[in-house]
Amino acid sequence: MSVAVENIPSKFEVLDQALESQMTLSMGPQHPSTHGVLRLELQLDGELVIKAVPDIGYLHTGMEKLFEYKKYQQGIVITDRMDYLNPLGNNLAYVMAAEKLLNLEIPERAQIIRVLFCELQRIASHMVWLGTHALDIGAMSPFFYAFRQREKILNLIEAASGGRMTPSYFRIGGLMMDLPAGFERRCKQFLEDFPDALDQFETLVSGNTIWQSRTKGIGVITAEEAIEWGLTGPCLRGSGVSLDLRRDNPYSGYETYDFEVPVEPDGDVWARFRVRMRELYESYKIVVQALERLKPGPIKADAPKVVLPDRDDMRKHMDSLIHHFLIVAEGFNVPEGEVYHAIEGSKGELGCYLRSNGGPKPDRVHFRGPSFINLQALPVMSEGEMVADVVAIIGSLDIVLGEIDR
Amino acid sequence: MTSTKVLHEYVERLKAANPAWVADLKDTYGEVTVIVPRESIADVCQFLKAENGFDMLADLNGADRGPEEDPRFEVVYHLFSTKHFNRLRLKVLLSEDDPHVLTVTSVWKTANWHERETFDMFGVIFDGHPDLRRILLPSDFDGHALRKDYPLRGYEPYSLT
Repeated sequence: MSVAVENIPSKFEVLDQALESQMTLSMGPQHPSTHGVLRLELQLDGELVIKAVPDIGYLHTGMEKLFEYKKYQQGIVITDRMDYLNPLGNNLAYVMAAEKLLNLEIPERAQIIRVLFCELQRIASHMVWLGTHALDIGAMSPFFYAFRQREKILNLIEAASGGRMTPSYFRIGGLMMDLPAGFERRCKQFLEDFPDALDQFETLVSGNTIWQSRTKGIGVITAEEAIEWGLTGPCLRGSGVSLDLRRDNPYSGYETYDFEVPVEPDGDVWARFRVRMRELYESYKIVVQALERLKPGPIKADAPKVVLPDRDDMRKHMDSLIHHFLIVAEGFNVPEGEVYHAIEGSKGELGCYLRSNGGPKPDRVHFRGPSFINLQALPVMSEGEMVADVVAIIGSLDIVLGEIDR
Repeated sequence: MTSTKVLHEYVERLKAANPAWVADLKDTYGEVTVIVPRESIADVCQFLKAENGFDMLADLNGADRGPEEDPRFEVVYHLFSTKHFNRLRLKVLLSEDDPHVLTVTSVWKTANWHERETFDMFGVIFDGHPDLRRILLPSDFDGHALRKDYPLRGYEPYSLT
């Protein structure tokens, strides 16, 4: 059975020359490993990344514009939707900026509960990071183990605030309401299991040789470059810079807690991974301390014109009813001025620039989303790496597009 | 952030280096704001970075005071130090007719996206910026969304087609 050569049509001409080795690859915005709607334009030479250009804005919803049309207390709800993995951190940054302008004194119990929830939220946020980061690199099972732990935290947040992803639990002047009955017991139950779960992650992920070879030496950024690019949070600490706003610019009473700031010197994906894994344990330590400190007491500041009164008071006191009506219907006036308040969010420095012109609505609200700035350094980390490593690097940055695009 | 005495020392050093750099000074809510003439912002940033340890640009954003105000726009720089953990705010005031300011991308690389965002939202033009194009809004978007005279819902429904 031989085929005559002359029968092959001429359009199947055999090319005996090298193909163009360079190509431009558009990765995302629907690619699952870009953690949302991030689009990357990659200039590739074979599998080598020559140039990477992030393209963002697919999730832009004009939140900073919307703030200017909403009363101060309505703005809290918008902050939930920015970094939707760390909503309580966003609440705290916004609420504390407003409290700075209003010069409010927050009761101790409210501050402890804020710290407690921020650290629980940090654990939950890191759990999502760990699960998706592992999934991106090809390990599927850590995802289920991580989300199981996150589910427990979301249940705790739901018990306190009624919302899982959008709690809006922190209010200007304190908290929405006190902790429900039995919360401490439920929280302790979670804390009892959590160290074992951490060990499980260490054996599942950290000890895995494939994991190590996929992460060690990949996406290196030096300490000088990291500062130059404005990296904060675990990304900066993974480059050997010991900076944690909880320790260095303390707020909400963080200076009274005993915790360490993990630092890894290498600046690669592995270092950022190790920082976050060690941070989980530090957050656990803070939650344990906060639970021990909880004592009964007020959870709202003594500022009847700003803080909503208790339901019970409204039935008994005329002035409470009036204050409630005025706060809800007209809002409260905030003194003129501008503040910038930064907290250590789960992804880095989460800053809120708040400006008031004296009325019930803010004049300008700007959020310094840590993901926005951390993502900017992606080209620095990924140029010269393989295209498959870009996925690992995006995972190690722990970005949330809701915060980047706002 | 109890006392701003430390921050005033940096302002004094700024004044000593060049008295024209400090146009105005505000100390409110435990935060110090220095209003800098727009032509010297890059020099001031370079001076603070190189000699006073403000090695990180924490945030850069714009603000609109309203169409009837003059100067109308503000560009706000939040400087942070990873060594002594102090924060200093610089501010440049710009008029609507001439919203140009020098870029600080030569001082901190991180200013790149911040300045693009400010350009996108307010139309402030950063002279010398390497790649000044829109970042969050689509490239064919009309107007600058965070200006006070831009309506909340836009001029007309935006369509991707």
